[in-house]
Amino acid sequence: MSSSTPNSASYEPTRRAVPAATAPLLELQNLSTHYVSAQGTRVVRAVDEVSLRINGGETLGIVGESGSGKSTLALTILRILPPAGRIVSGKMLFEGEDLLEKSEAEMRRVRGKRIAMVLQDPMASLNPLFTIGDQVAEPIRVHEGAPRATAWNRAKDLLKAVRIPSPETRVTQYPHEMSGGMRQRIVGAIGISCEPRLLIADEPTTSLDLTIQAQYLNLLRDLQRQHHLALIFITHNLGIVAKMCDQLAVMYAGRVVETGPVSQIFNAPTHPYTEALLNSIPRMTDSTQRLTAIDGQPPDLAALPAGCAFAPRCPRAFGRCRDAAPPEFSEVRGRTARCWLAAQGEAA
Amino acid sequence: MKQYIGRRVGYSLLSLFLLSLTIFFFVRVTGDPAALLVEPGASAEDIAAIHHQFGLDRPLWVQYGVFMSSLFHGDLGQSFYYRTPVMDLYLSRLPNSLILAVVAMGFSLLVGIPSGILAAVRVGRFWDSAGKLFALLGLSMPSFWVGLLLILLFSVYLGWLPSSGAGTPLHLIMPAFALGWYFAAAHMRLTRSSMLEVLGSEYVKLARIKGLPQSLVIAKHAFKNALIPVLTLAGVNLVIMVNVAVVVETVFAWPGIGRLLAEGINFRDFPVVQGVVIMGGAMIIIVNLMVDVLYAVIDPRIRLER
Amino acid sequence: MSTQAELIVAPPSFRRRPVFSWLGDFPLIPTLILVVIGLVAIFANVLAPHNPEVGSLVARFKPPFWQTGGSTKYLLGTDQLGRDVLSRLIFGARVSVVVGFTAVIFAGVIGTGLGILSGYLGGWVDQVVMRLTDTWLALPALTFAIFLAAIVGPSMWNIVLILGITYWTRYARVIRGEVLSLKEREFVRLAVVAGCSKRTIMVRHILPNVINTAIVLGTLMLGVVIIAEASLSFLGVGVPPPQPAWGLMLSDGKQGLMVGYWWLTVFPGCCIMLMVLSANLLGDWLRVKLDPQLRQL
Repeated sequence: MSSSTPNSASYEPTRRAVPAATAPLLELQNLSTHYVSAQGTRVVRAVDEVSLRINGGETLGIVGESGSGKSTLALTILRILPPAGRIVSGKMLFEGEDLLEKSEAEMRRVRGKRIAMVLQDPMASLNPLFTIGDQVAEPIRVHEGAPRATAWNRAKDLLKAVRIPSPETRVTQYPHEMSGGMRQRIVGAIGISCEPRLLIADEPTTSLDLTIQAQYLNLLRDLQRQHHLALIFITHNLGIVAKMCDQLAVMYAGRVVETGPVSQIFNAPTHPYTEALLNSIPRMTDSTQRLTAIDGQPPDLAALPAGCAFAPRCPRAFGRCRDAAPPEFSEVRGRTARCWLAAQGEAA
Repeated sequence: MKQYIGRRVGYSLLSLFLLSLTIFFFVRVTGDPAALLVEPGASAEDIAAIHHQFGLDRPLWVQYGVFMSSLFHGDLGQSFYYRTPVMDLYLSRLPNSLILAVVAMGFSLLVGIPSGILAAVRVGRFWDSAGKLFALLGLSMPSFWVGLLLILLFSVYLGWLPSSGAGTPLHLIMPAFALGWYFAAAHMRLTRSSMLEVLGSEYVKLARIKGLPQSLVIAKHAFKNALIPVLTLAGVNLVIMVNVAVVVETVFAWPGIGRLLAEGINFRDFPVVQGVVIMGGAMIIIVNLMVDVLYAVIDPRIRLER
Repeated sequence: MSTQAELIVAPPSFRRRPVFSWLGDFPLIPTLILVVIGLVAIFANVLAPHNPEVGSLVARFKPPFWQTGGSTKYLLGTDQLGRDVLSRLIFGARVSVVVGFTAVIFAGVIGTGLGILSGYLGGWVDQVVMRLTDTWLALPALTFAIFLAAIVGPSMWNIVLILGITYWTRYARVIRGEVLSLKEREFVRLAVVAGCSKRTIMVRHILPNVINTAIVLGTLMLGVVIIAEASLSFLGVGVPPPQPAWGLMLSDGKQGLMVGYWWLTVFPGCCIMLMVLSANLLGDWLRVKLDPQLRQL
């Protein structure tokens, strides 16, 4: 673990001893999160039997439509669900410890310090009444007990590390005085402030201009390399996935339907949903006039069909698909697919 | 910020103008103002004399001009009963009402804000229901009835507290409680809903993500933001309190402007009644302005706006 | 793999009683109370055991029947003029009900009308009405009502008029806001395109959609108006004696307070509180039921 606080002008990450890469950094096993309505009558299965794995320093992309459960998954990992949310089953092993067995006090020490998160809307994420410096220094003061002056200096270094010009002046300014791109970097600075091992980014570029997006993604990648950060990147944009991620997990209706290395999945998707997603990206070389869309609507997570959730919209569904939901099949090492087609060994 | 304040000041001036117009209008439109300006039991000649003396036989707009100019000079007329200028009477009683209102406001905030926060943090559970019940009762019980009940309990049955007059802090307790009770309920409600909204905000979510302890999340991030609408309301309510206190002051014979108004009614002392209403309205407008200015100073978003 | 949902049902942390249901159960008891009060007001002549305005000096300050000195002739005691408290309470309901409902409706009609005009027509109409509203709101309502009562002289209908004039602004503001957002809705635009006159649009399209809000506001204002009427009566500028009004009873009761004649204070106040409480509960339920957006109120 880190033992020295940087005191040089430029923020250099401390060299953390990287454990031998035998065990994954974070492993989710059959994780399920449900939202229960106040009277207990309506249960939304937002996250359903999700199993994922990410190693240190790796980037895992989680892709899905809105309502597929991606954000709920992120909140589940940090255990900050709204009151209606319950983690119903499963395990979350982070560095070997099950997060679900920790007390609230222990979880607080994990949040921000060992696992950090970046939210989608930076304007809303920053408290309008407090200065930037205050908000960036805050986790440092809370988690490491650093005195105010030290924490503020670290904050300035962090702002520099996320490439915000003239951090000395910025540090006393308020969120509404910054541009959208700057705010998102500040949120990023808050995220890495206590040198976590894992950073979860929930659609961090969705609210940014396209021109800023590229800069921000480059920044994320550089920070990741410098700090040996594992990154879970939640997005609905496959282009970003291609650029940023090593591994990919595709989610549909709260379930993970396909996982594997990004390049392999892009070249040869197994699950029909993944295939449809990839096909719906318009390519310059396409000569067809119409955009390919996926027919139908995502299902109501409170009333899922008995069989595979994607079956109603799947062009390759057959009888078994409608009767029973498929389990995860792993026909190739490092890849899984939740599809009966995979069971029969029929790849796309 | 300067523009913002400038706008608000102009707006307030307009309101003051309209206020005077309204009062003027109502007095004229509901009958012969001379009947009000005369002491009870006057003869027809007296009324004619009043007409002339007060210029009621001159054209309306002239009358209005006279009215406005005397307002400008702070001249609200002369009280029939006390035979002193109304303005003097008003100013001498005002501090008493202010003391009562400030203490009552303090009580209402001290009770209302923490209970509202507690209800929001424990939403749906016991303290929330208890809080809602308290709020409901507070909003449903007329303040003067609360005052009467308090007298019954603490003066008549227990003999602990004096039932009327002013002078010692003991005299202040029951009136302040009676007056503040309703507002405590209103403040509790607003604090609760404001807090709930803030607790659901993204920046509170981020504060939790940062791993801050719940107490810090509430005390630092949620509290200040949730408080903004409540304090705005409280500022406005302070003046309303002063005006609504008329009934409480009557119950406890508290020598404030509310009591002055009640006396004015009893003694058919119209200048006093009119004076209290005008000053009451003016105070509300001015305090609203001050609250807006204060708001501008506190909230950095407005302060740094051009 | 779970194909059946394991329904995790949250056990209710408190037993819900109908009076305090916030989530859609109809507030039976408050509505019943209001209905009962309304019926009492209508059938006061039949229900009241005595003439509320005439008292017997022999029977002054009698306590309620369960205390020593009381009798079942005067169930809830008598006041300083020997008048039966129960009968006065029953007839007092008349004042509260009539004044309360009429003033609320009157204020509602003015306020809603002006709100619609102001919101829909915009322009200078809007400016004028809004400035008027703001000024009006700046006036302390109770003080202004007292002022008006002092000028015009008290009578029941004057009070209704006064309260209506004082409180219409509460409606106007909110209704105007509603109208502003309604204006942007498709069906209004369609009507404009179809060539409907402004008056038709306002009456046939806008009005039905703001009625809900107006009703909710009405129930919330009912409590305020009743307390205002009671305050006016308490101060002596409300409904003039000898007609009984609860506020007036409280004012009379003050005389006996220091001597411990508690029934003259407790009973009228309880009536006021019950009525206001019921109106508030009903209003809260209506607010949640009819339009969740109104929860801001």
